[in-house]
Amino acid sequence: MAQITLDGVTKRYPDGYEAVSDMSLEIQDGEFVILVGPSGCGKSTALRMIAGLEDISDGELRIGGDVVNDKAPKDRDIAMVFQNYALYPHMSVRDNMGFALKLRGLDKAEIDKKVEEAARILDLQQHLDRKPAQLSGGQRQRVAMGRAIVRDPAAFLMDEPLSNLDAKLRVQMRTEVSRIQNDLGTTTVYVTHDQTEAMTLGDRVAVMRAGRLQQVGAPMELYNNPVNLFVAGFIGSPAMNFMPATIEGDTVRLPIGEVPLPDEVRGRLGDSGGKQLIAGIRPESFEDASVVSEDVKRRGATFRARIDVVESMGSELYAHFRVESDQDIESQELRELAEDAGGGEVPSSGEAGQIVARLDPESQVQEGQESELWVDADRLHLFDPDDGRNLTASENAPAATGAGGDERPGA
Amino acid sequence: MQHTNRERAAWSIGILVVLFYALIPVAWIAAISLKTPEQVADRKFYSGFHLDNYEVIFKDDMFIAALINSIGIAAIATLISIVLAAMTAYATSRLNFAGKTVILSGALAVAMFPPISIVGSLFDMWRAVGLYDTWPGLIIPYMTFTLPLAIYTLSAFFREIPWELEQAAQVDGATPFQAFTKVIVPLAAPGVFTAAILVFIFAWNDFIFANTLTSTDNARTVPAALAFFTGASQFEQPIGAIAAAAVVVTVPIIIMVLIFQRRIVAGLTAGAVKG
Ligand SMILES: Nc1ncnc2c1ncn2[C@@H]1O[C@H](COP(=O)(O)OP(=O)(O)O)[C@@H](O)[C@H]1O
Ligand SMILES: [Mg+2]
Repeated sequence: MAQITLDGVTKRYPDGYEAVSDMSLEIQDGEFVILVGPSGCGKSTALRMIAGLEDISDGELRIGGDVVNDKAPKDRDIAMVFQNYALYPHMSVRDNMGFALKLRGLDKAEIDKKVEEAARILDLQQHLDRKPAQLSGGQRQRVAMGRAIVRDPAAFLMDEPLSNLDAKLRVQMRTEVSRIQNDLGTTTVYVTHDQTEAMTLGDRVAVMRAGRLQQVGAPMELYNNPVNLFVAGFIGSPAMNFMPATIEGDTVRLPIGEVPLPDEVRGRLGDSGGKQLIAGIRPESFEDASVVSEDVKRRGATFRARIDVVESMGSELYAHFRVESDQDIESQELRELAEDAGGGEVPSSGEAGQIVARLDPESQVQEGQESELWVDADRLHLFDPDDGRNLTASENAPAATGAGGDERPGA
Repeated sequence: MQHTNRERAAWSIGILVVLFYALIPVAWIAAISLKTPEQVADRKFYSGFHLDNYEVIFKDDMFIAALINSIGIAAIATLISIVLAAMTAYATSRLNFAGKTVILSGALAVAMFPPISIVGSLFDMWRAVGLYDTWPGLIIPYMTFTLPLAIYTLSAFFREIPWELEQAAQVDGATPFQAFTKVIVPLAAPGVFTAAILVFIFAWNDFIFANTLTSTDNARTVPAALAFFTGASQFEQPIGAIAAAAVVVTVPIIIMVLIFQRRIVAGLTAGAVKG
């Protein structure tokens, strides 16, 4: 087991493309860190550099304190789970899992013991003598995991290990990966483009965009205190709602109306008066005005909106409505997010922006009817459209303003 | 149910017709090879099981020499082609370099080139440089078709190899050499084997080059030697002996094809359908 340190690590491919730029990240012994970001942002490249499969162009990589930049993969004592499993098709499950041990020169009895042990953990005992081609996707995935855990390596590296599974199996294996990592306590770097996986699995999540680390932190910290527009929009499902905003004295003018600014936020904003900003509001920062108590109401604003669609899932209720805006918001990061989400849109001048609000399940809002909603100004994020910076982010760790339903105002 | 039965019957009849059409000449020549010289013209398909002709050819130094030439020349042409082609195919499937497609399409174009158009000039050239009637004199022209064929089939096989496995092996603690020998070679071996069989058969079957570029037992292969058979005595027609020799060169190929038919089909259609 070991600590992994990336110190200004950069990867330039031979064609000149810089896939990872100046990445610094410290992964503690036993920690489970998720690298997350949209496809093509350099996650695999970063992971492959840690594995030794890709040369490091610049910077330093340390595993357990030793600089390993020039060490071959076999001398780094790390195990990797590949996206398409990369099982050896000509070997049985047993030989696949025992391959690394055999290379290390362990005797057969010991290899068998370790393989059986791993097979027991992964529930693969009945399949040990079958070939990978005879296994289902989920079983192959387990074998790939097994190949990693029999070795008891310094670290596990996993590159989208669940992305080839169907949705149900993915959720099941997600729990399994989490359990195994907990039991073994092995340092793990896990790559995924799925923010749900990132939020549910890791001790810490590192968000990447276009080869650069954006923010590293506990899932809830990223959720509550994103440093920029990209992280704010990438983390969370349904995603954060964005709309144009202008500061006018003590209030911020949004397409849904004027919202009072909490003193604390106004202090942090400094001199942004008159400038056009982008406001970000999480779906759960809205509420049906009728269920919010009067004193809570005061820290936000109420507005009326015509509800287009109501999605009720029993424990949750999502209301969709549009906001009209005469302002335009332009941001490279929002465009990227929209591309990644496959056509999510940003409200711009004259166009209607689609907003999702998560309301109390008891809410009586009706499709096609106008309702009175409330927005929590305390949980409003304001971003600088030029560099995407979150102007409202607190410097130190945020108070636990939970995203879960249990802390919802007035509920 | 009835429908599938009828379909099956139609297929069976079709297959029987094709088999009959393809195997009649082979059966015929086999039947002739089992006759004594007197029986050759007796207008019967089968006149008893006589191995006289086989005795004659296996006592004939010319046939033995031709058989050795055939095996040796085809084997060497196959070996050289496969070694060179394996390297070419490895490069074309692993690396991106300028002229990669030119190599593959060039190989195909060369393989398509009709041998008959070059034998005339080769005859003159080989006599001038001393390759006429030697093993290299046949091996070199054979490689004009065995090498492209091998490159083509091996490239198709190598493209299907999941090269990521090499990296998986390295992460598992293998040296690059171990990754190659323990993971890649076992995966590539069946493809190499198939390509070798195909190439060997093509070299073995050649008649045009062998007939034109050889004149003695030095290098004459069996297909070319058949025409030079004399009977057991000068006064007999050598038909029975020729038939026996034809059977001897055909049967190993048929057996090989039957044993490896799945692999050979995979080789001929490699890349077209996924195994
Ligand atoms: N061998 C390579 N040569 C040049 N560019 C590459 C190479 N491999 C990956 N890239 C580029 O680097 C970027 C990051 O790739 P990758 O790390 O695989 O992204 P991710 O895993 O986040 O989807 C992509 O834009 C990709 O096109
Ligand atoms: Mg990737």
